[in-house]
Amino acid sequence: MAVVNGKDHAALADVFNKDKARVGWHDETLWFVRQKRDKAAHGIAEWEQLRQTASDIKDHVLSRLSQYLVEFETRAKENGIIVHWAADAEEHNSIVLGLLQKAGVNRMVKSKSMLTEECHLNEFLAKKGIEVIDTDLGERIVQLAEEAPSHIVLPCIHKKKEEIGALFHKHLGTPAGNADPQFLTEAARQHLREKFLTRRVALTGVNFAIAETGEFVVCTNEGNADMGAHLADVHIACMGIEKIIPKREHLGVFLRLLARSATGQPVTTYNSHFKKPRKGAELHVVLVDNGRSRQLARKDFRNSLKCIRCAACFNTCPVYRRSGGHSYHTAIAGPIGSILAPNLDMRQYADLPFASTLCGSCSNVCPVKIDIHDQLYKWRQVLGKEGYVPKSKELGMKGLAMAVNNATMFSVGGKLGRWVMRNTPFVVNNGMNPWFKQREMPEAPKESFREWYAKNRKEG
Amino acid sequence: MTVGLFVPCYVDQFYPQVAIASLQLLEKQGLTVRFPKKQTCCGQPMANSGFEHLTGGCNKNFLEAFEGFDYIVCPSGSCALHVKHHLKVEGQEALASDIRNRVYELTEFLTDVLQVKNLKARFPYRVGMHQSCHGQRGLKLSQMSELVAAPFSKPESLLRMVQDIEMVQLDRVDECCGFGGSFCVSEEAVSARMGQDRVADHQRNGAQVITGADMSCLMHLEGILRRQGSAVQVKHIAEILNGE
Repeated sequence: MAVVNGKDHAALADVFNKDKARVGWHDETLWFVRQKRDKAAHGIAEWEQLRQTASDIKDHVLSRLSQYLVEFETRAKENGIIVHWAADAEEHNSIVLGLLQKAGVNRMVKSKSMLTEECHLNEFLAKKGIEVIDTDLGERIVQLAEEAPSHIVLPCIHKKKEEIGALFHKHLGTPAGNADPQFLTEAARQHLREKFLTRRVALTGVNFAIAETGEFVVCTNEGNADMGAHLADVHIACMGIEKIIPKREHLGVFLRLLARSATGQPVTTYNSHFKKPRKGAELHVVLVDNGRSRQLARKDFRNSLKCIRCAACFNTCPVYRRSGGHSYHTAIAGPIGSILAPNLDMRQYADLPFASTLCGSCSNVCPVKIDIHDQLYKWRQVLGKEGYVPKSKELGMKGLAMAVNNATMFSVGGKLGRWVMRNTPFVVNNGMNPWFKQREMPEAPKESFREWYAKNRKEG
Repeated sequence: MTVGLFVPCYVDQFYPQVAIASLQLLEKQGLTVRFPKKQTCCGQPMANSGFEHLTGGCNKNFLEAFEGFDYIVCPSGSCALHVKHHLKVEGQEALASDIRNRVYELTEFLTDVLQVKNLKARFPYRVGMHQSCHGQRGLKLSQMSELVAAPFSKPESLLRMVQDIEMVQLDRVDECCGFGGSFCVSEEAVSARMGQDRVADHQRNGAQVITGADMSCLMHLEGILRRQGSAVQVKHIAEILNGE
């Protein structure tokens, strides 16, 4: 079963829920982001049409992915970009390492890239003696805390400003007890400025790569991708192969959806286009598969690759808001992470498709209309059939299937169960029953509906 | 018109009054309503836990129980949705497909098929409406807050026909209660917290009664209310629509 230090999502969520006030704060904070998203979406009359258009474009791309990737590569090379292909995380990491070694450096700056989190690039490079400074403020905060991001857009959303103040006091020498967001942000800017000015290699992610022009677009609110890329001699951009869109004219559809879905902003502050290297500088793109073509071949799960990483499904998810990103024990948490992760490792992530009530809110906010909750259900079936669901649950379900197989057995079993609940309630009202921990059991009536019906309606 | 009453297994065993209210409500509309005894469970508990392949017995029962009815009506959006999406029996595909298309959730049936315009019911309480996700987002019983689209609500339009009822406005109009089938025990901490937060929304906004079209959500909320010793009650929408 999927675990981190022996704990699956439910166990990690149980730990998170020990601090009730904090759960309330986490829930409210992310609900606020969901409300901002609602307000922004409702400001656009054609919102649903925009979602459909984005979904259609992405479906089209996935149906011709190899074609668009080759087109992108050809155009990018014509522009002077050096293109690399990585089959998996390992190859991606060694390509990046090779480029750093070739440049003769042992340190670099990196803007937000969930792909490098997925590939565990920082840990890999650290082992090779290379220092990586994350320049996105939220990512820098979790990096100083030696934690993973808990959210793909808001990496340190699980931290309160007082905790960030204490962290900055320890690592950046800010005055003890100062938790003023503006002051702390300024301290981070000064700290990062020195890194930008002195690092010769910058790594960024990619939000969209345009096949027609061979350019790519990086979206940030802090301009940190630009600071890194413009000041470095070597810019390495890493992207999953699903980031392709056919034409520049399609970009508007996605940029209108992305920021509104993510934070409720009309547009991300910086949408930077990178098309060719500066004179004397190098520009590399690493195209990474890492399980994506396997997912592409899974008919039921293919369209999870439409994801543009806005995290709207995180913010709306009542389970995510009350369990925190780290309980998902994977780089991409939340509902979308729960349908992506089992493709990477079914055993390790078998718990995640069950970390949902299947309420369906995720699918409704998704700007590219991924049927997330249906895929969660379908992953459960795959995991059940392949034997990745805990044996205790399997036995319980087999027992239940037997009990409801036949109406007489069901009726007798139900009557017996209700008798037990009425006459010996301690059998169910105890610590062994997870329902009873925070809830009363329903009262067991003497007569079931079918018994009442047999007495009161002749034609039964 | 003959209607087959499809009663969720836990309603049959724990909430007979909900099935009785549903039956009487449909009979008041002048329909012939039958409860086929062969029915047990729709199979959703197994399927949502990853064992849809164990629901063959349930599916077969369902087919045998409900063959030949004009409509199959269920006082649960969740069970109705499950059957509509997942009922299949090898070798009887055409019959299964026919039956799937005859299944309606109760408020959907009253609104879309019977087109009920008034009800003889009175319920002089402040009522909070819990939108159950499978009914709302699955069967589209009411508009969803995530979408940019015109509002509507089949259950609420029926509740507005009830005399002296006062509907309360919630802060979060359609957040999940956290029941989620086996989720309620396998993810106990999150499930209970979600339920507590839902209950608090209703309490904060003055509801005396929480209603909804799915008794499973209400069973979960009732468990939390009773643990708190709260005076707030839960009532299935059929009980209110059938009340006089």
